[in-house]
Amino acid sequence: MNPPSPTTERPLLSKRLDDILLSLYNVFTFIGRFFREVVLPPYEGREIIRQCYEVGVRSLPLISLTGFITGIVFTNQSRPSLSQFGATSWLPSLVSIALVRAIGPLVTSLIAAGRVGSNIGAELSSMRVTEQIDAMEVSATNPFKFLVVSRVLATTFMIPVLTMYAIAVGLLGSFLNVSSSEATSLQSFISEVFNTITFLDIFSSVIKSVVFGFTIGMVGCYQGYNSSKGTEGVGKAANASVVTSMFLVFVEELLALQIVGAIRDM
Amino acid sequence: MPQSVIQIKDLHVAFGDNYVLRGVDLDLYKGENLVVLGRSGTGKSVLIKMLVGLLKPDSGSVTVLNEDVMALDSIELDKLRLKVGFSFQNSALYDSMTVRENLEFPLVRNVRNLTRSEIDRQVEEALDNVGLKQAINQVPSELSGGQRKRIGIARTLILKPEIMLYDEPTAGLDPITCTEINSLINEVQERNGASSIIITHDLTCAKTVGDRVAMLFDGQFQRMGTFDEVFATDDERVQQFYHYNFTESK
Repeated sequence: MNPPSPTTERPLLSKRLDDILLSLYNVFTFIGRFFREVVLPPYEGREIIRQCYEVGVRSLPLISLTGFITGIVFTNQSRPSLSQFGATSWLPSLVSIALVRAIGPLVTSLIAAGRVGSNIGAELSSMRVTEQIDAMEVSATNPFKFLVVSRVLATTFMIPVLTMYAIAVGLLGSFLNVSSSEATSLQSFISEVFNTITFLDIFSSVIKSVVFGFTIGMVGCYQGYNSSKGTEGVGKAANASVVTSMFLVFVEELLALQIVGAIRDM
Repeated sequence: MPQSVIQIKDLHVAFGDNYVLRGVDLDLYKGENLVVLGRSGTGKSVLIKMLVGLLKPDSGSVTVLNEDVMALDSIELDKLRLKVGFSFQNSALYDSMTVRENLEFPLVRNVRNLTRSEIDRQVEEALDNVGLKQAINQVPSELSGGQRKRIGIARTLILKPEIMLYDEPTAGLDPITCTEINSLINEVQERNGASSIIITHDLTCAKTVGDRVAMLFDGQFQRMGTFDEVFATDDERVQQFYHYNFTESK
């Protein structure tokens, strides 16, 4: 019997366009599989909790530092402009709006993309090239559910939590900066903050963070899970996880800005 | 006639323009160790990955323990996989887990209602069988290549599979560790009564553990029989393989 003919079909459009369309198809298949696997039992509760700890608790020092510094720097940079109009009393309002609406979710997600996204990409990619994912599969464990679903859920749950924490720490940094040059009590600072921010601000911030978290987890898992080319692929997967998720976070921020703006105008 | 536990018929596999397997036929009989020899890149690993559904052939059939692997859905395939142990070339131990956790992983996920003491007992017994009970709390990065190999085999054996598939069990190991691994493969056959396919290009391993030897050339089994029968030929490729291997090992 003759061997079957190998798959050397001519490209439908051009090789590059075919590759792009095929990649898009693979991405959407991967996302579709996530939504299918997330609802089907068995549920990997322990692994999800472990990943939440990895994503959340282990990111706390970095998020604390960046959030605190962001609050101080933003307050410090805004003061000269406001003081020209004698409006330095608006600093708490300005900083809280900036932190809640944009800087908090964005800074947290970019830090998470760098720390968590690259870690997920490198870890899964390394597991792929050393056949650990195959080993899981042959021991009758669904590696997609164990590795991908747990990590994507962890980033989706924990990045909004980290964002709220980063905003709180940023506001603390801002208060310390304000109180170092003006006679402001913590109570009046907090009161000013909560008088300024609205439910829509917080709600949109949480929803954005959920989307950013999902994106970071999904990109890291996709790059790592589908990695190839040996150890070279591990570096590429880690790098692609960071670059792609950062790019997508900015695109999503832009879209969210338009959507929330439209809701505000209604 | 001995009972066949694996039947491969007319298996064809190609990756793009690269034809790897061109009509492979093979039977593995109950309780035997079958060694598959062949040069690197001849499709030996591809062949055993087909047996557990990690890869799919372009055509042909694979029957394992009377189940048509290609026709199974994911739940049925998982049930079959529990009866087939797969020892990977690089051991494939989970880096983020200790040896104990590596061994527990397949056990707690696939055997219901096990108590903590029962899990501990089975893990310790599996480690004892490969002579590495003292490594129970170590992580894979702290182990030598030979130790990792033995832990990988222990992790596979913990589910007491009926069939064992070894992918290059002695690759990259020193001769003494190779001898230990070969003894372990024979012990598994004697103690568990498992049928095994051993993929290798190490002729010492083939001679020590193989009841039968099959040589893969040009995508097909060109020679099959006992070790001595396979190499009793003037076929230049077989002789070259034999002489090169033994010259290298010396």
